[in-house]
Amino acid sequence: MSWFWSNFGLIWQLTVNHVGLSIPPILLGFVLSVPIAWVANRFRLSRGVILSIAGLLYVIPSLPLFIAMPSIIGTKSLDPLNVIVALSIYGLALMVRTSADALASVDGDVRLSATSIGFSGWGRFWGVDLPLAGPVMLAGVRVISVSTVSLVSVGSIVGVSSLGNLFLDGYARYFPEEIVVGIIGTLLIAVVFDLAIVIAGRLLMPWTRSSRRADRRARAATAQAVSSS
Amino acid sequence: MNQFIAAFAWIFDPAHSVGPNGIPTRVGEHVVYTILTLVIAMAIALPAGFAVGHTGKGKTLVVQISGGLRALPTLGLVTLLALLVGIGLLAPLIALVILALPPILAGAYAGLESVDRNTIDAARAIGMTEWQILAKVEIPLALPLIIGGIRSSCLQVIATWTVAAVLPLGGLGRYILDAIPSLDYSEMLAASILVTVLALVADGVFAITQRLVVPRGVVAGRVQEVRVRTIRSRPGAGSNLPDHQTS
Repeated sequence: MSWFWSNFGLIWQLTVNHVGLSIPPILLGFVLSVPIAWVANRFRLSRGVILSIAGLLYVIPSLPLFIAMPSIIGTKSLDPLNVIVALSIYGLALMVRTSADALASVDGDVRLSATSIGFSGWGRFWGVDLPLAGPVMLAGVRVISVSTVSLVSVGSIVGVSSLGNLFLDGYARYFPEEIVVGIIGTLLIAVVFDLAIVIAGRLLMPWTRSSRRADRRARAATAQAVSSS
Repeated sequence: MNQFIAAFAWIFDPAHSVGPNGIPTRVGEHVVYTILTLVIAMAIALPAGFAVGHTGKGKTLVVQISGGLRALPTLGLVTLLALLVGIGLLAPLIALVILALPPILAGAYAGLESVDRNTIDAARAIGMTEWQILAKVEIPLALPLIIGGIRSSCLQVIATWTVAAVLPLGGLGRYILDAIPSLDYSEMLAASILVTVLALVADGVFAITQRLVVPRGVVAGRVQEVRVRTIRSRPGAGSNLPDHQTS
Protein backbone atom coordinates (compact mmCIF):
# COMPACT_ATOMS: atom_id res chain seq x y z
CA MET A 1 0.00 0.00 0.00
CA SER A 2 2.90 2.37 0.64
CA TRP A 3 3.68 2.32 -3.07
CA PHE A 4 0.12 3.39 -3.78
CA TRP A 5 0.24 6.45 -1.50
CA SER A 6 3.70 7.57 -2.49
CA ASN A 7 2.77 7.40 -6.17
CA PHE A 8 -0.75 8.70 -5.84
CA GLY A 9 0.00 11.73 -8.01
CA LEU A 10 1.17 9.57 -10.92
CA ILE A 11 -1.74 7.14 -10.56
CA TRP A 12 -4.23 10.01 -10.48
CA GLN A 13 -2.67 11.56 -13.59
CA LEU A 14 -2.85 8.23 -15.44
CA THR A 15 -6.47 7.76 -14.32
CA VAL A 16 -7.37 11.22 -15.68
CA ASN A 17 -5.64 10.32 -18.97
CA HIS A 18 -7.49 7.02 -19.07
CA VAL A 19 -10.86 8.72 -18.55
CA GLY A 20 -10.01 11.35 -21.15
CA LEU A 21 -9.14 8.70 -23.72
CA SER A 22 -12.27 6.64 -22.96
CA ILE A 23 -15.02 9.26 -23.14
CA PRO A 24 -14.71 10.43 -26.78
CA PRO A 25 -14.93 6.92 -28.30
CA ILE A 26 -18.02 6.05 -26.24
CA LEU A 27 -19.82 9.30 -27.10
CA LEU A 28 -18.78 9.28 -30.76
CA GLY A 29 -19.67 5.62 -31.13
CA PHE A 30 -23.15 6.20 -29.80
CA VAL A 31 -23.93 9.55 -31.46
CA LEU A 32 -22.65 8.56 -34.91
CA SER A 33 -24.35 5.17 -34.77
CA VAL A 34 -27.85 6.67 -34.70
CA PRO A 35 -27.89 8.35 -38.14
CA ILE A 36 -25.96 5.45 -39.68
CA ALA A 37 -28.40 2.94 -38.20
CA TRP A 38 -31.27 5.06 -39.53
CA VAL A 39 -29.79 4.96 -43.04
CA ALA A 40 -29.17 1.22 -42.63
CA ASN A 41 -32.84 0.61 -41.90
CA ARG A 42 -34.19 3.12 -44.38
CA PHE A 43 -33.14 1.33 -47.56
CA ARG A 44 -33.27 -2.37 -48.24
CA LEU A 45 -29.79 -2.52 -49.76
CA SER A 46 -27.98 -0.30 -47.27
CA ARG A 47 -28.74 -2.48 -44.25
CA GLY A 48 -26.68 -5.43 -45.46
CA VAL A 49 -23.84 -3.25 -46.74
CA ILE A 50 -23.55 -1.09 -43.61
CA LEU A 51 -23.82 -3.98 -41.18
CA SER A 52 -21.22 -6.00 -43.12
CA ILE A 53 -18.77 -3.08 -43.07
CA ALA A 54 -19.38 -2.62 -39.35
CA GLY A 55 -18.78 -6.34 -38.81
CA LEU A 56 -15.51 -6.24 -40.74
CA LEU A 57 -14.24 -3.16 -38.88
CA TYR A 58 -14.80 -4.97 -35.63
CA VAL A 59 -12.67 -7.88 -36.87
CA ILE A 60 -9.48 -5.75 -37.00
CA PRO A 61 -7.47 -6.47 -33.83
CA SER A 62 -6.85 -3.51 -31.52
CA LEU A 63 -3.06 -3.29 -31.35
CA PRO A 64 -2.64 -3.56 -35.14
CA LEU A 65 -5.27 -0.87 -35.63
CA PHE A 66 -3.47 1.46 -33.20
CA ILE A 67 -0.26 0.88 -35.12
CA ALA A 68 -1.82 1.36 -38.55
CA MET A 69 -3.61 4.58 -37.53
CA PRO A 70 -0.74 7.03 -38.26
CA SER A 71 -0.39 5.76 -41.82
CA ILE A 72 -4.16 6.00 -42.37
CA ILE A 73 -5.04 9.36 -40.81
CA GLY A 74 -1.56 10.92 -40.94
CA THR A 75 -0.99 11.49 -37.23
CA LYS A 76 2.31 11.16 -35.37
CA SER A 77 2.96 7.71 -33.94
CA LEU A 78 2.63 8.73 -30.26
CA ASP A 79 -0.47 10.89 -30.79
CA PRO A 80 -3.38 9.99 -28.43
CA LEU A 81 -5.67 10.57 -31.44
CA ASN A 82 -4.53 7.18 -32.78
CA VAL A 83 -6.11 5.42 -29.83
CA ILE A 84 -9.18 7.67 -29.71
CA VAL A 85 -9.98 7.28 -33.41
CA ALA A 86 -9.33 3.52 -33.40
CA LEU A 87 -11.55 2.96 -30.36
CA SER A 88 -14.25 5.21 -31.85
CA ILE A 89 -14.24 2.96 -34.90
CA TYR A 90 -14.77 -0.08 -32.65
CA GLY A 91 -17.48 1.62 -30.63
CA LEU A 92 -19.23 2.70 -33.80
CA ALA A 93 -18.91 -0.72 -35.44
CA LEU A 94 -20.54 -2.42 -32.47
CA MET A 95 -23.10 0.30 -31.81
CA VAL A 96 -24.36 0.51 -35.41
CA ARG A 97 -25.60 -3.06 -35.25
CA THR A 98 -27.27 -2.57 -31.87
CA SER A 99 -28.88 0.72 -32.94
CA ALA A 100 -30.06 -0.69 -36.25
CA ASP A 101 -31.65 -3.68 -34.50
CA ALA A 102 -33.16 -1.41 -31.84
CA LEU A 103 -34.71 0.94 -34.40
CA ALA A 104 -35.92 -1.97 -36.52
CA SER A 105 -37.59 -3.61 -33.54
CA VAL A 106 -39.99 -0.69 -33.01
CA ASP A 107 -43.46 -2.09 -33.63
CA GLY A 108 -44.71 -1.28 -37.11
CA ASP A 109 -48.24 -0.68 -35.83
CA VAL A 110 -46.97 1.93 -33.38
CA ARG A 111 -45.16 3.71 -36.20
CA LEU A 112 -48.23 3.62 -38.41
CA SER A 113 -50.34 5.02 -35.55
CA ALA A 114 -47.82 7.80 -35.01
CA THR A 115 -47.99 8.72 -38.68
CA SER A 116 -51.76 8.61 -38.67
CA ILE A 117 -52.10 11.02 -35.75
CA GLY A 118 -49.95 13.47 -37.65
CA PHE A 119 -46.29 12.92 -36.82
CA SER A 120 -43.94 13.98 -39.61
CA GLY A 121 -41.16 11.58 -40.52
CA TRP A 122 -38.62 13.70 -38.62
CA GLY A 123 -40.91 14.18 -35.63
CA ARG A 124 -41.76 10.51 -35.51
CA PHE A 125 -38.11 9.55 -35.44
CA TRP A 126 -37.37 11.78 -32.43
CA GLY A 127 -40.72 11.39 -30.69
CA VAL A 128 -41.51 7.73 -31.26
CA ASP A 129 -38.78 5.59 -32.82
CA LEU A 130 -35.82 6.81 -30.79
CA PRO A 131 -37.50 6.71 -27.34
CA LEU A 132 -38.82 3.21 -28.01
CA ALA A 133 -35.42 2.02 -29.26
CA GLY A 134 -33.69 3.73 -26.31
CA PRO A 135 -33.51 0.90 -23.76
CA VAL A 136 -31.88 -1.51 -26.22
CA MET A 137 -29.45 1.20 -27.35
CA LEU A 138 -28.61 1.86 -23.71
CA ALA A 139 -27.60 -1.80 -23.29
CA GLY A 140 -25.32 -1.39 -26.31
CA VAL A 141 -23.71 1.77 -24.92
CA ARG A 142 -22.97 -0.04 -21.66
CA VAL A 143 -21.17 -2.78 -23.60
CA ILE A 144 -19.04 -0.36 -25.65
CA SER A 145 -18.25 1.62 -22.51
CA VAL A 146 -16.86 -1.44 -20.76
CA SER A 147 -14.82 -2.63 -23.71
CA THR A 148 -13.47 0.86 -24.49
CA VAL A 149 -12.26 1.40 -20.92
CA SER A 150 -10.54 -1.99 -21.04
CA LEU A 151 -8.95 -1.46 -24.48
CA VAL A 152 -7.56 2.01 -23.71
CA SER A 153 -4.86 0.33 -21.61
CA VAL A 154 -3.55 -1.50 -24.71
CA GLY A 155 -2.69 1.95 -26.06
CA SER A 156 0.17 2.22 -23.59
CA ILE A 157 2.07 -0.35 -25.70
CA VAL A 158 2.17 2.24 -28.49
CA GLY A 159 3.15 5.00 -26.06
CA VAL A 160 -0.22 6.60 -25.30
CA SER A 161 -0.25 6.86 -21.52
CA SER A 162 -3.12 5.54 -19.46
CA LEU A 163 -3.48 3.16 -16.52
CA GLY A 164 -2.00 0.59 -18.92
CA ASN A 165 1.40 2.14 -18.17
CA LEU A 166 1.17 0.57 -14.73
CA PHE A 167 0.84 -2.89 -16.31
CA LEU A 168 3.93 -2.53 -18.49
CA ASP A 169 5.94 -0.85 -15.76
CA GLY A 170 4.83 -3.33 -13.09
CA TYR A 171 5.74 -6.23 -15.36
CA ALA A 172 9.13 -4.78 -16.26
CA ARG A 173 9.95 -4.18 -12.57
CA TYR A 174 8.47 -7.49 -11.38
CA PHE A 175 6.04 -5.60 -9.14
CA PRO A 176 2.54 -7.19 -8.98
CA GLU A 177 1.09 -4.52 -6.68
CA GLU A 178 1.47 -1.89 -9.39
CA ILE A 179 -0.41 -4.09 -11.87
CA VAL A 180 -3.17 -4.79 -9.33
CA VAL A 181 -3.59 -1.06 -8.71
CA GLY A 182 -3.91 -0.56 -12.48
CA ILE A 183 -6.50 -3.32 -12.82
CA ILE A 184 -8.57 -2.01 -9.89
CA GLY A 185 -8.34 1.52 -11.29
CA THR A 186 -9.56 0.35 -14.69
CA LEU A 187 -12.42 -1.62 -13.13
CA LEU A 188 -13.42 1.42 -11.04
CA ILE A 189 -13.54 3.61 -14.13
CA ALA A 190 -15.66 0.98 -15.89
CA VAL A 191 -18.07 0.77 -12.94
CA VAL A 192 -18.40 4.55 -12.61
CA PHE A 193 -19.03 4.91 -16.35
CA ASP A 194 -21.60 2.13 -16.24
CA LEU A 195 -23.44 3.77 -13.33
CA ALA A 196 -23.35 7.13 -15.10
CA ILE A 197 -24.84 5.59 -18.24
CA VAL A 198 -27.56 3.79 -16.28
CA ILE A 199 -28.46 6.97 -14.38
CA ALA A 200 -28.48 8.99 -17.61
CA GLY A 201 -30.80 6.35 -19.06
CA ARG A 202 -33.16 6.62 -16.07
CA LEU A 203 -33.26 10.40 -16.35
CA LEU A 204 -33.77 10.45 -20.11
CA MET A 205 -36.18 7.50 -20.22
CA PRO A 206 -38.12 7.53 -16.94
CA TRP A 207 -40.76 5.20 -18.37
CA THR A 208 -38.38 2.22 -18.49
CA ARG A 209 -38.02 2.01 -14.71
CA SER A 210 -38.81 -1.31 -13.04
CA SER A 211 -40.71 -3.05 -15.79
CA ARG A 212 -40.03 -6.73 -15.95
CA ARG A 213 -40.46 -6.78 -19.71
CA ALA A 214 -37.96 -3.95 -20.13
CA ASP A 215 -35.50 -5.79 -17.88
CA ARG A 216 -35.80 -8.89 -20.02
CA ARG A 217 -35.33 -6.92 -23.24
CA ALA A 218 -32.30 -5.11 -21.88
CA ARG A 219 -30.80 -8.38 -20.63
CA ALA A 220 -31.30 -10.02 -24.03
CA ALA A 221 -29.77 -7.00 -25.75
CA THR A 222 -26.74 -7.12 -23.48
CA ALA A 223 -26.23 -10.82 -24.09
CA GLN A 224 -26.59 -10.20 -27.81
CA ALA A 225 -24.09 -7.34 -27.80
CA VAL A 226 -21.57 -9.22 -25.66
CA SER A 227 -21.78 -12.34 -27.79
CA SER A 228 -21.29 -10.35 -30.98
CA SER A 229 -18.51 -8.11 -29.76
CA MET B 1 0.70 5.04 -48.67
CA ASN B 2 4.48 4.53 -48.95
CA GLN B 3 4.37 3.03 -45.50
CA PHE B 4 2.01 0.34 -46.72
CA ILE B 5 4.26 -0.39 -49.70
CA ALA B 6 7.21 -0.76 -47.34
CA ALA B 7 5.14 -3.04 -45.12
CA PHE B 8 4.22 -5.30 -48.03
CA ALA B 9 7.84 -5.32 -49.12
CA TRP B 10 8.68 -6.53 -45.62
CA ILE B 11 6.07 -9.28 -45.81
CA PHE B 12 7.27 -10.54 -49.20
CA ASP B 13 10.97 -10.29 -48.34
CA PRO B 14 12.24 -13.89 -48.71
CA ALA B 15 14.37 -13.41 -45.57
CA HIS B 16 11.17 -13.30 -43.52
CA SER B 17 9.67 -16.53 -44.82
CA VAL B 18 12.05 -19.02 -43.16
CA GLY B 19 13.46 -19.88 -39.76
CA PRO B 20 12.12 -19.67 -36.20
CA ASN B 21 11.29 -15.99 -36.68
CA GLY B 22 9.82 -16.51 -40.17
CA ILE B 23 6.25 -15.56 -41.02
CA PRO B 24 4.99 -19.18 -41.43
CA THR B 25 6.33 -20.12 -37.97
CA ARG B 26 4.81 -17.07 -36.31
CA VAL B 27 1.45 -17.54 -38.02
CA GLY B 28 1.51 -21.21 -36.97
CA GLU B 29 2.20 -20.28 -33.36
CA HIS B 30 -0.56 -17.71 -33.38
CA VAL B 31 -3.04 -20.22 -34.77
CA VAL B 32 -2.05 -22.96 -32.30
CA TYR B 33 -2.31 -20.57 -29.31
CA THR B 34 -5.70 -19.39 -30.53
CA ILE B 35 -7.15 -22.86 -31.05
CA LEU B 36 -5.83 -24.06 -27.69
CA THR B 37 -7.44 -21.10 -25.92
CA LEU B 38 -10.75 -21.52 -27.72
CA VAL B 39 -11.00 -25.25 -26.98
CA ILE B 40 -10.45 -24.72 -23.25
CA ALA B 41 -12.83 -21.74 -23.12
CA MET B 42 -15.53 -23.68 -24.98
CA ALA B 43 -15.16 -26.64 -22.63
CA ILE B 44 -15.96 -24.31 -19.72
CA ALA B 45 -18.40 -21.78 -21.17
CA LEU B 46 -20.63 -23.93 -23.37
CA PRO B 47 -21.86 -26.31 -20.63
CA ALA B 48 -22.35 -23.37 -18.26
CA GLY B 49 -24.26 -21.39 -20.88
CA PHE B 50 -26.40 -24.41 -21.78
CA ALA B 51 -27.20 -25.08 -18.13
CA VAL B 52 -28.35 -21.52 -17.56
CA GLY B 53 -30.20 -21.31 -20.86
CA HIS B 54 -31.97 -24.62 -20.36
CA THR B 55 -32.99 -24.23 -16.72
CA GLY B 56 -33.48 -20.47 -16.87
CA LYS B 57 -31.73 -20.15 -13.51
CA GLY B 58 -29.02 -17.60 -12.95
CA LYS B 59 -29.72 -15.51 -16.05
CA THR B 60 -28.91 -12.21 -14.42
CA LEU B 61 -25.77 -13.73 -12.93
CA VAL B 62 -24.53 -14.90 -16.34
CA VAL B 63 -25.10 -11.51 -17.94
CA GLN B 64 -23.36 -9.80 -15.03
CA ILE B 65 -20.41 -12.20 -15.06
CA SER B 66 -19.96 -11.98 -18.80
CA GLY B 67 -20.20 -8.20 -18.63
CA GLY B 68 -17.91 -7.99 -15.63
CA LEU B 69 -15.20 -10.22 -17.10
CA ARG B 70 -15.12 -7.98 -20.14
CA ALA B 71 -14.19 -5.03 -17.95
CA LEU B 72 -10.94 -6.75 -16.90
CA PRO B 73 -8.15 -5.07 -18.85
CA THR B 74 -6.46 -7.63 -21.08
CA LEU B 75 -2.99 -6.26 -20.68
CA GLY B 76 -3.27 -6.09 -16.89
CA LEU B 77 -4.46 -9.65 -16.57
CA VAL B 78 -1.74 -10.97 -18.89
CA THR B 79 1.11 -9.17 -17.12
CA LEU B 80 -0.20 -9.92 -13.61
CA LEU B 81 -0.54 -13.65 -14.29
CA ALA B 82 2.91 -13.70 -15.87
CA LEU B 83 4.35 -12.41 -12.59
CA LEU B 84 2.28 -14.77 -10.44
CA VAL B 85 2.49 -17.97 -12.52
CA GLY B 86 5.85 -17.44 -14.15
CA ILE B 87 7.16 -17.11 -17.66
CA GLY B 88 5.82 -19.57 -20.20
CA LEU B 89 2.65 -20.31 -22.05
CA LEU B 90 0.53 -21.12 -18.99
CA ALA B 91 0.11 -17.57 -17.63
CA PRO B 92 -1.12 -15.94 -20.85
CA LEU B 93 -3.19 -19.03 -21.59
CA ILE B 94 -5.10 -18.66 -18.31
CA ALA B 95 -5.59 -14.94 -18.95
CA LEU B 96 -6.77 -15.50 -22.50
CA VAL B 97 -9.20 -18.25 -21.49
CA ILE B 98 -10.75 -15.90 -18.91
CA LEU B 99 -11.16 -13.25 -21.61
CA ALA B 100 -12.52 -15.75 -24.14
CA LEU B 101 -15.32 -16.91 -21.81
CA PRO B 102 -17.83 -14.00 -21.91
CA PRO B 103 -18.80 -14.07 -25.61
CA ILE B 104 -19.14 -17.88 -25.67
CA LEU B 105 -21.13 -17.89 -22.44
CA ALA B 106 -23.39 -15.07 -23.59
CA GLY B 107 -23.85 -16.66 -27.02
CA ALA B 108 -24.82 -20.04 -25.56
CA TYR B 109 -27.18 -18.47 -23.07
CA ALA B 110 -28.76 -16.00 -25.50
CA GLY B 111 -29.10 -18.77 -28.09
CA LEU B 112 -31.04 -21.08 -25.79
CA GLU B 113 -33.06 -18.16 -24.44
CA SER B 114 -34.11 -17.27 -28.00
CA VAL B 115 -35.76 -20.66 -28.58
CA ASP B 116 -39.54 -20.40 -28.54
CA ARG B 117 -40.95 -21.68 -25.23
CA ASN B 118 -43.82 -23.35 -27.10
CA THR B 119 -41.36 -25.42 -29.12
CA ILE B 120 -39.73 -26.69 -25.94
CA ASP B 121 -43.09 -27.44 -24.34
CA ALA B 122 -44.09 -29.34 -27.46
CA ALA B 123 -40.89 -31.39 -27.30
CA ARG B 124 -41.59 -32.17 -23.65
CA ALA B 125 -45.19 -33.07 -24.44
CA ILE B 126 -44.20 -35.67 -27.03
CA GLY B 127 -42.07 -37.35 -24.36
CA MET B 128 -38.54 -36.10 -24.92
CA THR B 129 -36.26 -36.22 -21.91
CA GLU B 130 -34.57 -33.01 -20.78
CA TRP B 131 -31.29 -34.15 -22.37
CA GLN B 132 -33.04 -34.85 -25.66
CA ILE B 133 -34.69 -31.45 -25.57
CA LEU B 134 -31.30 -29.85 -25.02
CA ALA B 135 -29.44 -31.84 -27.65
CA LYS B 136 -32.11 -32.20 -30.32
CA VAL B 137 -34.22 -29.08 -29.98
CA GLU B 138 -32.56 -26.25 -28.12
CA ILE B 139 -28.96 -26.53 -29.31
CA PRO B 140 -29.77 -26.98 -33.02
CA LEU B 141 -32.16 -24.02 -32.93
CA ALA B 142 -29.65 -21.95 -31.00
CA LEU B 143 -26.66 -22.84 -33.20
CA PRO B 144 -26.45 -19.53 -35.11
CA LEU B 145 -26.06 -17.57 -31.85
CA ILE B 146 -23.81 -20.21 -30.24
CA ILE B 147 -21.42 -20.14 -33.18
CA GLY B 148 -21.69 -16.35 -33.26
CA GLY B 149 -20.42 -16.27 -29.67
CA ILE B 150 -17.49 -18.57 -30.47
CA ARG B 151 -16.73 -16.49 -33.54
CA SER B 152 -16.41 -13.21 -31.68
CA SER B 153 -14.49 -14.94 -28.92
CA CYS B 154 -12.06 -16.26 -31.53
CA LEU B 155 -11.50 -12.78 -32.95
CA GLN B 156 -10.89 -11.40 -29.50
CA VAL B 157 -8.41 -14.20 -28.75
CA ILE B 158 -6.47 -13.54 -31.96
CA ALA B 159 -6.29 -9.84 -31.05
CA THR B 160 -5.26 -10.54 -27.47
CA TRP B 161 -2.48 -13.03 -28.29
CA THR B 162 -0.96 -10.16 -30.27
CA VAL B 163 -1.02 -7.97 -27.16
CA ALA B 164 0.25 -10.87 -25.03
CA ALA B 165 3.58 -10.67 -26.88
CA VAL B 166 4.63 -8.15 -24.22
CA LEU B 167 5.67 -11.44 -22.60
CA PRO B 168 8.40 -13.52 -24.24
CA LEU B 169 6.09 -15.48 -26.53
CA GLY B 170 5.80 -16.43 -30.17
CA GLY B 171 2.97 -15.46 -32.43
CA LEU B 172 2.58 -12.47 -34.72
CA GLY B 173 2.64 -9.99 -31.85
CA ARG B 174 6.34 -10.84 -31.45
CA TYR B 175 7.17 -8.79 -34.56
CA ILE B 176 5.25 -5.77 -33.28
CA LEU B 177 6.71 -5.81 -29.79
CA ASP B 178 10.24 -6.41 -31.12
CA ALA B 179 9.92 -3.57 -33.59
CA ILE B 180 8.60 -0.96 -31.14
CA PRO B 181 11.93 -0.24 -29.34
CA SER B 182 13.75 0.20 -32.65
CA LEU B 183 10.82 2.16 -34.16
CA ASP B 184 10.86 -0.08 -37.23
CA TYR B 185 7.52 1.10 -38.53
CA SER B 186 7.39 -1.08 -41.65
CA GLU B 187 7.82 -4.24 -39.55
CA MET B 188 5.10 -3.10 -37.12
CA LEU B 189 2.73 -2.30 -39.94
CA ALA B 190 3.57 -5.54 -41.75
CA ALA B 191 2.79 -7.57 -38.63
CA SER B 192 -0.42 -5.58 -38.12
CA ILE B 193 -1.50 -6.43 -41.66
CA LEU B 194 -0.71 -10.12 -41.07
CA VAL B 195 -2.74 -10.23 -37.84
CA THR B 196 -5.64 -8.48 -39.53
CA VAL B 197 -5.56 -10.91 -42.44
CA LEU B 198 -5.46 -13.82 -39.99
CA ALA B 199 -8.49 -12.39 -38.18
CA LEU B 200 -10.37 -11.87 -41.44
CA VAL B 201 -9.62 -15.43 -42.55
CA ALA B 202 -10.77 -16.80 -39.18
CA ASP B 203 -13.94 -14.72 -39.43
CA GLY B 204 -14.54 -16.08 -42.93
CA VAL B 205 -14.03 -19.67 -41.77
CA PHE B 206 -16.63 -19.12 -39.05
CA ALA B 207 -19.04 -17.52 -41.50
CA ILE B 208 -18.78 -20.61 -43.72
CA THR B 209 -19.04 -23.00 -40.76
CA GLN B 210 -22.14 -21.18 -39.60
CA ARG B 211 -23.74 -21.83 -42.99
CA LEU B 212 -22.70 -25.49 -43.13
CA VAL B 213 -23.47 -26.50 -39.56
CA VAL B 214 -26.79 -24.80 -38.97
CA PRO B 215 -29.67 -27.16 -39.85
CA ARG B 216 -31.58 -26.18 -42.97
CA GLY B 217 -34.86 -26.07 -41.08
CA VAL B 218 -33.47 -23.44 -38.72
CA VAL B 219 -32.29 -21.24 -41.57
CA ALA B 220 -35.58 -21.57 -43.43
CA GLY B 221 -37.58 -20.56 -40.37
CA ARG B 222 -35.50 -17.53 -39.53
CA VAL B 223 -36.90 -14.14 -40.34
CA GLN B 224 -34.40 -12.60 -42.71
CA GLU B 225 -35.21 -8.92 -42.28
CA VAL B 226 -36.37 -7.71 -38.91
CA ARG B 227 -37.98 -4.73 -40.58
CA VAL B 228 -40.19 -6.73 -42.90
CA ARG B 229 -41.87 -8.47 -40.02
CA THR B 230 -43.06 -5.33 -38.29
CA ILE B 231 -44.59 -3.42 -41.17
CA ARG B 232 -47.50 -5.38 -42.53
CA SER B 233 -51.08 -4.89 -43.49
CA ARG B 234 -53.50 -6.40 -41.03
CA PRO B 235 -56.74 -8.18 -41.71
CA GLY B 236 -59.69 -5.98 -40.82
CA ALA B 237 -57.83 -2.79 -41.63
CA GLY B 238 -59.58 -2.37 -44.94
CA SER B 239 -57.44 -4.63 -47.09
CA ASN B 240 -59.96 -7.47 -47.25
CA LEU B 241 -63.02 -5.33 -47.99
CA PRO B 242 -64.58 -5.71 -51.42
CA ASP B 243 -63.56 -2.97 -53.82
CA HIS B 244 -66.98 -1.42 -54.31
CA GLN B 245 -67.30 -0.66 -50.58
CA THR B 246 -64.14 1.37 -50.40
CA SER B 247 -64.78 3.34 -53.59
